[in-house]
Amino acid sequence: MKIGRGELFIGRAFLTILMLITVLPFISIFLTALHPSGTVPRGFEWPADPQWGNFLEAFKVANMTALLSSSLYIVAAVVPVSLIISTMAAFAIGLLRIPGSKFLFPLFVFGLTLPFGGIIVPLYYLERWMGIYNTRLAIVLPLIGLYMPFAVFWMRAHFISMPIEITEAARIDGASAWDLFRRIHLPLARAPLSSLGILMSVWTWNQFLLALVLVEDPTRRTMAGALGAFQGHYATNVPLLCAGTILILVPTLVVFVLFQRQIITALLQGSIKG
Amino acid sequence: MLPVCSKQSRLNIYGNWKSKESGCVTMPEFSKLSSLMKKTSDKVRVPNKVSRRFSLGGKDRRETIIGGLFVTPALVMYAIFVLVPLVLSVYYSFFRWNGITPMTWVGLKNYRTVFEVPDLLATIFNAFKLVLFFSIIPVGLGLIVASVIQRVGSGRFGSITRTVLFLPQVIPLVAAGIIWGWLLALPGLINEVLTAVGLESFTRAWLGDFTWALPSVGMIGVWVLLGFCTVLLSTGITKIDPALYESARIDGASWWNEFLSITVPLLKYEIGVCLTVTVINALSAFDIVYVSTAGGPGNSTAVPGVKIYILAFTEQRIGLASALAVLLMILVLVVVLPLQRLNREEE
Repeated sequence: MKIGRGELFIGRAFLTILMLITVLPFISIFLTALHPSGTVPRGFEWPADPQWGNFLEAFKVANMTALLSSSLYIVAAVVPVSLIISTMAAFAIGLLRIPGSKFLFPLFVFGLTLPFGGIIVPLYYLERWMGIYNTRLAIVLPLIGLYMPFAVFWMRAHFISMPIEITEAARIDGASAWDLFRRIHLPLARAPLSSLGILMSVWTWNQFLLALVLVEDPTRRTMAGALGAFQGHYATNVPLLCAGTILILVPTLVVFVLFQRQIITALLQGSIKG
Repeated sequence: MLPVCSKQSRLNIYGNWKSKESGCVTMPEFSKLSSLMKKTSDKVRVPNKVSRRFSLGGKDRRETIIGGLFVTPALVMYAIFVLVPLVLSVYYSFFRWNGITPMTWVGLKNYRTVFEVPDLLATIFNAFKLVLFFSIIPVGLGLIVASVIQRVGSGRFGSITRTVLFLPQVIPLVAAGIIWGWLLALPGLINEVLTAVGLESFTRAWLGDFTWALPSVGMIGVWVLLGFCTVLLSTGITKIDPALYESARIDGASWWNEFLSITVPLLKYEIGVCLTVTVINALSAFDIVYVSTAGGPGNSTAVPGVKIYILAFTEQRIGLASALAVLLMILVLVVVLPLQRLNREEE
């Protein structure tokens, strides 16, 4: 393909500038985080005396060890359970003859557009009544419920895209519905399952509203929820706030770099199928 | 349609008979089917409609029971933590309630209040203003970026661009709010840049300014969502036949010609998807707004999500908060459903 040299230069310059604009905010808070704690530095300036200790201080004052374990606990509880129950439901809705499947699937899909804000108030009172308010379960249980529409939708799309011959051949060999699930379809679903798992992990880590409303104690929240509380305490101490923010977003960036391809495809396919 | 029978010999998908009970078709149908099968290769797929009709015979009921058991856990979690609160939202919206004392039935009064109190109605207008920033700009700019990548970003350069632009999408929105809260502050980066290029008179505390706070919050949304739209549209472009671009270029088409006559029309479906996702993001925005401005200054950046939170958890007006919540859910449905239908038609 022939493209003029001038155009190539202008196009690439445009993209480079755009990349710079995207990355500058990260660099700015990184530089700010290196300034002496408690000062108000300028927005973009290499500090005279970089305070690497700020990260350590933020780690301590934010009680980061407790936060990390709390977030990991929540992710470890939400993701496997959501994966298992949504996959089973999607399998049944997609491939088994079950009563009411015609209305079950739209019922789940209906939840796809639901803003969390729409149900957060009753959720608060429901959880007080159930006695799980201000525990980690207060985040875990509703998140599992809230992930069901997307997860069921996603896994069903996978199951119905599998060649029907696989199912039929197994049935002919006398496989029961359970065998079909456990022996045939589950092993074949590894790729969509892992994408879904990564997506739900990131979403859980980043979940803010549920943590803010349903858990008072920041050390029992998700990372993003804890960051909200941290901001409340250290809003005036900009370098420390920036250091804390970096500590909390670094894990998401690491996960992204490691699983980049899966995350991007999962997000895209997820929205396209939606 | 093949009639279903039981306890006869059965047919596997390649047209061989075996003598065992379960999935089968009657003989006349079979002969048609098998001649059809012979014409095509082994790899051919039986259309779903046909093969779904294979019956499991006596296993049917067991399968129904297992299927029911499979669906139950997901359904129960969904029902308890999504559907029940949804119904409760609607229920609460008909009462005046402070969360402690008994509820008082007020009928539709809370809904009337939402439409009559300017500060509440403004949240809905603000949500639509955010649509401009969260949807229109990212999709428009994303289209331009994606087509530039298509033209000049072959190989590594293009994939690095996509990855970098995507970064803001993976960090917590709360972090995005905090980062930009600092960038847009009086001593922040934005004002530094403005000063550096001689626009010092233009500097201000962006998020504290009645006129500029909402557009500033909107720009955070552009930063977060541009990468998502770019990558999605860019993936769409790779599916367009390159021959189209090649012949356009042989004819000496400029980037702009290509953009208008090939890229945009052929990406209608992807554009629809982008719009749907970003519009949902805009209307139900909470994290970014709450963290960067909490709805202020005054009421200038209040969106429904934030207002619901304030009404319910600081002002203890549960009924009113719920009415706004119900309106928000209806709003999202009303805006998104037509977009979805558009997508289907384009497909």
